[in-house]
Amino acid sequence: MIKELYKPGSYPNLAPPKGTVGFYGWTKSNLFSSLSNSLLTIFSFILLYFLIDGIIGWFFLDAVFDADSKIECRKIDSGACWAVITRRVGQFIYGFYPDAERWRIDIVFIGLFFASAPLLYPDLPLRRWLLWFSGFYPFIAFILINGGLFGLVSIEINLFGGFMLTLIIGVSGIVCSLPLGIMLALGRQSKLTFVRSISVCFIEFMRGVPLITLLFVASSMLNYFMPPGTNFSILVRVIIMFTFFAAAYIAEVIRGGIQAIPKGQYEAAESLGMTYWQTTRFITLPQAMKISIPGIVNTFIGLYKDTTLVIVIGLLDPLGIGRAALADTKWNGLSTETYLFVALFFFVSCFAMSRYSLWLENKLNTDHR
Amino acid sequence: MFFIIGLWRNEKSRQIILQIFVLLFIGWFLSWLAGNVASNFSALGKDISFDFLSIPAGYDINQYLIEYNSRDTHLRAAIVGLLNTGLVAVLGIILATVLGVSVGIIRLSNNWLASKIAYWYVEFTRNVPILLQILLWHGIIINSLPHPRSALNIGDVSFLSNRGFYIPKPILENGIELVYLFSVIAIIFAFLFYKFSKKKQELTGVQYPVLWINLSAIIILPIMGYFISGMPVSLEIPVLKGFNFVGGIHMSPELSALTFALGVYTAAFISEIVRAGILAIDKGQKEAAASIGLKPSKIMKLVVLPQARRIIIPPLTSQYLNLTKNSSLAIAIGYMDLVATLGGISLNQTGREMETMVLVMAIYLSISLSISAFMNWYNNRVKLVGR
Repeated sequence: MIKELYKPGSYPNLAPPKGTVGFYGWTKSNLFSSLSNSLLTIFSFILLYFLIDGIIGWFFLDAVFDADSKIECRKIDSGACWAVITRRVGQFIYGFYPDAERWRIDIVFIGLFFASAPLLYPDLPLRRWLLWFSGFYPFIAFILINGGLFGLVSIEINLFGGFMLTLIIGVSGIVCSLPLGIMLALGRQSKLTFVRSISVCFIEFMRGVPLITLLFVASSMLNYFMPPGTNFSILVRVIIMFTFFAAAYIAEVIRGGIQAIPKGQYEAAESLGMTYWQTTRFITLPQAMKISIPGIVNTFIGLYKDTTLVIVIGLLDPLGIGRAALADTKWNGLSTETYLFVALFFFVSCFAMSRYSLWLENKLNTDHR
Repeated sequence: MFFIIGLWRNEKSRQIILQIFVLLFIGWFLSWLAGNVASNFSALGKDISFDFLSIPAGYDINQYLIEYNSRDTHLRAAIVGLLNTGLVAVLGIILATVLGVSVGIIRLSNNWLASKIAYWYVEFTRNVPILLQILLWHGIIINSLPHPRSALNIGDVSFLSNRGFYIPKPILENGIELVYLFSVIAIIFAFLFYKFSKKKQELTGVQYPVLWINLSAIIILPIMGYFISGMPVSLEIPVLKGFNFVGGIHMSPELSALTFALGVYTAAFISEIVRAGILAIDKGQKEAAASIGLKPSKIMKLVVLPQARRIIIPPLTSQYLNLTKNSSLAIAIGYMDLVATLGGISLNQTGREMETMVLVMAIYLSISLSISAFMNWYNNRVKLVGR
């Protein structure tokens, strides 16, 4: 009966009710659905207007991009004085690395792109071959940056600085802390009492103290713990501390992942006769890592941001270079410009990392929901 | 030989053997470190002693909550520093919570524009290092705000200038006890009324406007006490004298920048926690609540928030902890917190790196361990029982 009445095409499609679709409908439901909502919208518009108005004027329209000093900047125009950045772009990127040798760092930057691509994107063509390159990349990068081999001039570590230093500390910290973090997480879940308590102590200690105190230890006290006469570079000490610090956080993230695996998985593995290491390798870690990816990437982002802390022990990362520039009487007082520029750099890299993590999470999501 | 293989094949004894090896290795490693320290210290002619804590510090601290001058001991300087850490942590936590919860709720609101603005606020603040933000705000206060002479005047009582933020200071006079008494009565009343109305609701379903009654009791009773006892509170308003303001409560540029930066930064994380907590509540819960005729505000209050609280509180506590630890970055702008006093100037003056750093780390460690102990206790208390 019903089939007869409502045969497809026998009635014309009705238009949706008035005021629910199109620009008007969207505006009404998303911006002005109630009195409080309308007030919020108007308030947001006012806020946005002042923000955009101020930012565009100060950032671009009234800004000065080249001048010899702050006073000269102020004579030209009233906005931001980007000259403090443009005059020192080289330092912001390479630190005090000698001009003639900077091509080596450029190669390292390009190499980093090709070495990380196969690790980040599993579907890449020629991935097998590129992975070999990724494996060898740390050694190539070390030789290129440090020099001293194959006729490359050896460069003093205290000349390193700028974004290059951020990348050196950040990438080495990230690469070293993941395996250590996995080991600590397994240690914390271990049946062996001593292994477990050592892991717990290490993790809780690292998470309980501020990173800045660990860096003080690295810069002023670590040599006391080494046999008399040993002296290894401050950069290595700092990387070790960053690795330990991040590893403790990663261990906690992965522990959460391990605990989220249903008990049946272990029982099934055991009933198949798998040993502890087989279970870990084929059952526990693949599932735990997948769950903990967002947390791990967040830890990496945290580590990357924390590299700025090296300025308190005198290393010159971009922030340190910026502060050195501000200490120059010519540029005194241009802190906003300098810090905003460095902030932009960090924002772009960290935002990219968090977007990547979202993408990976979606890709690995096998829930059929 | 067979005996050893047998031991290795038995799970229990294998575990014991492995642990003995681990223990031996750790013992050897620790004694190696201790031996290195001992030989390094004897080579330098140093010893380990905490006597330096009782000698005069000899440096000034520009911000203190308890009386302090440069003739006081290193120990007192450290306590002043610890209190300063506590001060900035408490102020920062209040700011971060208020801002973070508001932003989290705005992000969930169906106002497209406001939720987008909140989203970009979160992305911008949490993807920029906190140290950079502290320096940025400090720089803005120092370089961009006007001099005290042309300070931003807020209602003729508060002044914002590049020397910091000046607000009126309440001066307590005779008779203030009555106000205290009335406040205590108000709080006790509010607590009892909350218990009473909760019981009443569980028994009969009758609901009282608890929040409004309690809020008005807490506000009105002390004000009554204030008028009955003859208005015993007067305000000391900051006045411009010479180059700077005198009187009132002074928030130094360092404290203001640090509080603001830490609050704004942590608020971004808190807003995400709040949002995730509210989103995690099953849709069916809200639909069920709506189908028995609850208003949206009641659904939020009676169904969603009590369940979301369980999810929100643990990560929220760890954000508070992070904020407290991040306050140690104060050293970069010269705010005298624990790291800057004991781990900074005291260290440099006495040359006792080992002792000062051990103390600083021990203090931070005990703070964070006690907060995690609280968190475990809370988790156990609110854990879903059964199944």
